[in-house]
Amino acid sequence: MTIIYLFKRVGLFFLVVWAAATLIFILPRLATSRNPIAERIGQTAGSAGYLSEGVDEMVKAWEAKFGLDQPLWKQYLYHLKDMINFDFGYSLAFYPSEVRELIYAALPWTICLFGMATLISFVLGSLAGALLSWPTAPRFLQYLLPFFLTLSAVPHYLLGLVLLFFFAFTIRIFPLYGGYSIGTVPGFSFPFLLDALRHSVLPGLAMFLVGVGFWSLQMRGIMVMGLEEDYISFAEAKGLKGNGIFFRYAVRNALLPQVTALAISLGQVISGAILVEVVFSYPGLGTLLLKAVSAFDYNLISGVVFIIILIIAAATFLVDLLYPVLDPRITYHRSTT
Amino acid sequence: MKTLGKSLGRAAAYGRRNPKLVIGMVFILLLLLFWLIGSLLVDLTQSQPISGLPDQSPSLQYLLGTDSNGRDLLAVMIVGTGLTLRIGILAGTIGLGVAVILGFLSGYYGGLLDTLIKGIVDVLLTVPPLAVLVVIAAMRAEAITLNYMIVIVASLSWMLPTRTIRAQVLTLRERAYISMAKLSGMNNLEIIVKELMPNLMPYLAAGFVSIAATAVLASIGLEALGLGPQYLPTLGMTIFWAISFSALFRGMWWWWLPPVVIIVILFVGLFLLTAGMDEIANPKLRKTM
Repeated sequence: MTIIYLFKRVGLFFLVVWAAATLIFILPRLATSRNPIAERIGQTAGSAGYLSEGVDEMVKAWEAKFGLDQPLWKQYLYHLKDMINFDFGYSLAFYPSEVRELIYAALPWTICLFGMATLISFVLGSLAGALLSWPTAPRFLQYLLPFFLTLSAVPHYLLGLVLLFFFAFTIRIFPLYGGYSIGTVPGFSFPFLLDALRHSVLPGLAMFLVGVGFWSLQMRGIMVMGLEEDYISFAEAKGLKGNGIFFRYAVRNALLPQVTALAISLGQVISGAILVEVVFSYPGLGTLLLKAVSAFDYNLISGVVFIIILIIAAATFLVDLLYPVLDPRITYHRSTT
Repeated sequence: MKTLGKSLGRAAAYGRRNPKLVIGMVFILLLLLFWLIGSLLVDLTQSQPISGLPDQSPSLQYLLGTDSNGRDLLAVMIVGTGLTLRIGILAGTIGLGVAVILGFLSGYYGGLLDTLIKGIVDVLLTVPPLAVLVVIAAMRAEAITLNYMIVIVASLSWMLPTRTIRAQVLTLRERAYISMAKLSGMNNLEIIVKELMPNLMPYLAAGFVSIAATAVLASIGLEALGLGPQYLPTLGMTIFWAISFSALFRGMWWWWLPPVVIIVILFVGLFLLTAGMDEIANPKLRKTM
């Protein structure tokens, strides 16, 4: 039955990617009041004096060049082909850079920083939550929980703003903005990595602080319900040690719903990450998206959005694949919920 | 009078057992009061640009100072709080409507429709909401109006409640009293409205709050990217302007701190409210929180 689950899951992945590509195709065509080519040529003609001669022909010629005179279904197929090839055309705001190059430059920053921050907050939060449900847990955790819970309700970027004010502006231990110091050349040298690390502390901390409370609360809830199960009593009756019961019985079972929640929350996390990057001018996809939006660079917007959706779909897919590995009972019969 | 006192007493007793619900309500009420009293006492036209000198630090004349465009920030905060609450209430209503209709269709009738709705929910849950919202908002030629933004943030916040309602309907529809209602000749619509709805009330209320929270979060996110209604002094737009004018580095704390404080109160309030409502809807949680 696992094979069928795998097929379904792969199917869902492609469905999401296809939906994203289609959305990017349809939305600009719904805004029928705007013809980007006519607008662009109109601007250029306007700046060169009032020469309206031949403008219509030029618009037609460019439309033919971009394939916009083709029937809609043909345009759609071309569009899908371009999306699969990651060919998003040229950036209008950073011409002559291609959208693809800009995304390749920004991608590692976003993935490293926010992938790491999410992973760390997930692991530490789950561990803290598990400990909290345990009778012999360290006391200080109980006092920390309300604090982190309050933080988990705060949007990432607002926390980022406050951190920036305290740690970069008031006491200047961390840099104010960017992903690396101006004047350094990105590369895999030790001083550069150290510099990049120093720049990533505050945005990473903002993501971590917001995430950790949520994961520990959730984990504690699952653990407390699980501790009443018979297999825990049985393990105790067998005379297993506390640590063994904790990790091999209680935590292992509680991890399953936790991993499901991780898969669902990834979309929200990246939305938060986009805005955190904007606050810190971090050179990742979020800042690129802001630049694209403010310059109305449509190619760049659709490229970045497509890549973000693709990354999240891929990450969710990977997390879901982890699920049967974690739980050998799962055979994926049809279930009702 | 006596019954009123009694029910008040019971409410207070319940409040002591569920302090999260009470604190959450108090936070939201505080914001409502701030908006109500503020609208009465402060001249709200001061929230428009060039109504005062730019870059003034807080003083008796401008309690929260002014920004670089000469907006009186106290007036901005009052108007912004009102607008944000309105976004939450309207988007919560629209989103809950969608969630109820789809959740009941999916859970009660089942079949092909169920598969379809479940599929749409699954796909949309994977898609990061902000990414889609940015595309929709950026495509708009004219400046975005508040109502347009409410509709687009509501359109991407109904998925999780739909899922919860569907799951609840699935378990409820097999209960004996539903079969009884069917035998006594009730039609499907009557069963949904008279039998299922009342039993789902706590879930619907929790769903409303969670949709409102998601929608407000999304709208402030859009505004902070500069994609909100440009001409309205919303909280998110204030943060956007504060970032674009580097208020942080210029030491103008009175510009960026008040919207942050209000938004934090709002979200902590909504979070506590959701947690408190979860306890009503799901008594099992009581010991865990």
